[in-house]
Amino acid sequence: MDMNEIKEIFFQECEEQLAELESGLLKLNDGDRDPETVNAVFRAVHSIKGGAGAFGLDDLVSFAHVFETTLDCVRSNKLEPSQDVLKVMLKSADVLADLVTAARDGGGVDEGRSRGLVKELEALARGELPSGGASDAPKPQAKPAPAPAAVAPTAAPAPTDDSGFQPIPFTFDEFGDEEATIAPSSFEVIFKPRRELYSKGNEAALLLRDLSRVGEMSINCDIDSLPLFEKMDPEAAYFSWTINVKTTKSEQDIRSVFEFAEWDCDLDVRLAESTDEDLPMIPVPFDLDFLNDDSAEDESAVENHSSEQAAAVAAAETASNVSKLAAAAARVEKKESQSAAAAAAAAASANAANAAAGAGQTIRVDLDRVDRLINLVGELVINQAMLSQSVIENDTTGTSSINMGLEELQQLTREIQDSVMAIRAQPVKPVFQRMSRIVREVADMVGKSIRLITEGENTEVDKTVIDKLAEPLTHMIRNAVDHGIETPEKREAAGKNPEGTVKLTAKHRSGRILIELQDDGAGINRERVRQKAIDNDLIPADANLTDEEIDNLIFMPGFSTADKISDISGRGVGMDVVKRSIQALGGRISISSRPGQGSTFTMSLPLTLAVLDGMVVTVAGQTLVVPLTAIVETLQPEAASIHSFGANQRLISIRNSFCPLVDVGRILNFRSMQANPVEGVALLVESEGGGQRALMVDAIQGQRQVVIKSLEANYTHVPGIAAATILGDGRVALILDVDAVVAASRGQSLRGDGALKSDMSLAATG
Amino acid sequence: MSYAVKNLVQGNRELIAFRIGDQEFCVNIMSVREIRGWTKATSLPHSPSYVMGVINLRGAVLPIVDLSARLGMRRAEPTPRHVIIVAQVKSRVVGMLVEAVSDILTVTDENIQPVPEVSSDLEKQYARGILAIDKRMICLIELDALFPDTESEAA
Repeated sequence: MDMNEIKEIFFQECEEQLAELESGLLKLNDGDRDPETVNAVFRAVHSIKGGAGAFGLDDLVSFAHVFETTLDCVRSNKLEPSQDVLKVMLKSADVLADLVTAARDGGGVDEGRSRGLVKELEALARGELPSGGASDAPKPQAKPAPAPAAVAPTAAPAPTDDSGFQPIPFTFDEFGDEEATIAPSSFEVIFKPRRELYSKGNEAALLLRDLSRVGEMSINCDIDSLPLFEKMDPEAAYFSWTINVKTTKSEQDIRSVFEFAEWDCDLDVRLAESTDEDLPMIPVPFDLDFLNDDSAEDESAVENHSSEQAAAVAAAETASNVSKLAAAAARVEKKESQSAAAAAAAAASANAANAAAGAGQTIRVDLDRVDRLINLVGELVINQAMLSQSVIENDTTGTSSINMGLEELQQLTREIQDSVMAIRAQPVKPVFQRMSRIVREVADMVGKSIRLITEGENTEVDKTVIDKLAEPLTHMIRNAVDHGIETPEKREAAGKNPEGTVKLTAKHRSGRILIELQDDGAGINRERVRQKAIDNDLIPADANLTDEEIDNLIFMPGFSTADKISDISGRGVGMDVVKRSIQALGGRISISSRPGQGSTFTMSLPLTLAVLDGMVVTVAGQTLVVPLTAIVETLQPEAASIHSFGANQRLISIRNSFCPLVDVGRILNFRSMQANPVEGVALLVESEGGGQRALMVDAIQGQRQVVIKSLEANYTHVPGIAAATILGDGRVALILDVDAVVAASRGQSLRGDGALKSDMSLAATG
Repeated sequence: MSYAVKNLVQGNRELIAFRIGDQEFCVNIMSVREIRGWTKATSLPHSPSYVMGVINLRGAVLPIVDLSARLGMRRAEPTPRHVIIVAQVKSRVVGMLVEAVSDILTVTDENIQPVPEVSSDLEKQYARGILAIDKRMICLIELDALFPDTESEAA
């Protein structure tokens, strides 16, 4: 594995960590005060920093470091994670994500923004409250800062103590000059390793040695929990240490000694109330550095044991020899603290176990491999269908064991297909998470306060659908924030919560995924939409439209209601683009709006793009597949309902309305004469333009789920054809592009479109 | 040293010869992926006359070109005796309908004679040389020129 591969893994992990970070911060934003959440957030930043350091990504490291320092203040209860604080943190998470992207793909980030945030974060770490959110122009205390609330009274080091010590945020540039000015203070460190610490190859003794370098210290080893020898688990951790450190350095420095062991031990660092030795402790008269010199000897001695244990015992021995078990006197007092610590440890490990169970086991697999597997399974399904067909043709009795076996095979292949499809299925969570950033940024830009609520983030859908969902969803979210939600003043005037709400929901509904975007804004201003449509010549001035029809006007190309064209939306390429991309995914979009209460957009999408529900039809001897999503109804035309219209147009009357009849065989050039509609079947379809058309086909063979195959891979785009598929008899059938066929029936040439496309492809290849 | 490499070193090339009507053609063997029997193709709307349609090649959709029509001769009437040469042309895979595969030839560059001056554009465009073998004339054709970015020019 070379460096690039490792780096690639790092970036993949970064993405996971960033997602973890964001969801953690959002949880905190919702009032979650679980220390485990804070820890998860901290861990995420910490891991990114660690990895980035290994690859020398200095920008990333320095930003992550400042971020981490501030998060540490939250973790140690020095900083209350208020809304304002979290706003800065969420922005920092965005910048961190940008930095990761920049480190991976090259390119730069908004330097000013990240520098501003670094300042804000450092201010937070110093205990100053954010000044209102704007990253630039720090207004001097825009609002009365609830300072006492921000600094929790229980926080161990008081902001200032008599010795003049100040807990300073640990930044590289700052600490050099400050440390000299601080008088030594005394810390009490309680260090209780868990068995994981040893199993990960850390050694308590070495940590203690490193700690001895921070300042003068005295150690007391607690061996109370050491069981009898025969009951001893050789790999367990039994000892804990109470260390008094007299140092000029900060708590941060002491903690940094345990930086890599932090998750595997219970560590409590606090300023000792007094430097008097009221604990029965004796300063360590020897240098723990002896471990350096003896390491070789040590290693040979421990060859037969696990080295961790041996080292622990060695350290314990030395420590206990020196203190001569003087701790016995204070045993009662310590027992208490110890049982508390044990309980905490048990809780922590239970938490970890829960987390592990929740995450489940995953492996990383190349998408190509999964796709190959899916392709092969598709072949298997087709092959199985072919096999059954030929057996049925050759076997007249129909009760043979071959038939039974085939049926079982069929069930198995279906099952395999479902399982394989499930591999590609991914929760929509990442896309939803991206949206929360967009809401934040756009709301900031337009000066609105908006809250995004997401539901059903774990709803699973095919990865390709997820990838293609992000763009239309971004458009819609921007629209909702920019146009949907009113300004805080207007909302207050209307008696609503000044903070707007955008709700994004995903759920499964009858084999499709339903995504709903709901805002509690003003709803669609139908009068204005109608006027705009008339002004833009989209509808005649005297058109009589229902509310629903007016709402749907916003999906028309070239429609935009925003009075001012903003950076965010309003170029008139909004909703029609959204509608087209949703349709390209085989989905539908609809809107419902109630004035004053907001609008809801509902998108219904297929769960996968690899298979499609289609109606298999015959046209001029050719087998075609029509996507089921496009079909509204099918009907058998009667001669009386067919009306000629002009030279060669025909209309069909359906329940007293007239609908143009489209001869598919004619448009695809499968035949030169128009077919007799009475001999065929009409498929009523809804197309892009919203209008209905009746597609004439010769016969319907049935309804089937088909595997979509690309025509473009070995050929070019075929006008009027969306893709191909392979039917049970092993032959290729073409999937009709309903929109293109309908467009062609309006007089736009299919051929012209094709020629244009090929011109472009020729130009592209030079 | 593998067979192919040895041939390259000695300036040899291997060609697959096939028959269309009364003429013989050949293509570089390295571009041929497989040879299979004729199966009925699903015709494509609005395709050039020489595109017979698409078939299922183990799950891939493979376009079939009537090479006879593509080379400007009369259209083939496929029978079960016809064969399809599946060839890789750039990044795409194309099936070519021919009457029969006749030979595998190993030739050196000296065996290949230049194409004589003829008026037909077709020959100038696709023919890369002619070979005289056993009193037969075999025309070497260049697939990349025959399917420039596959069918885009004619679509």
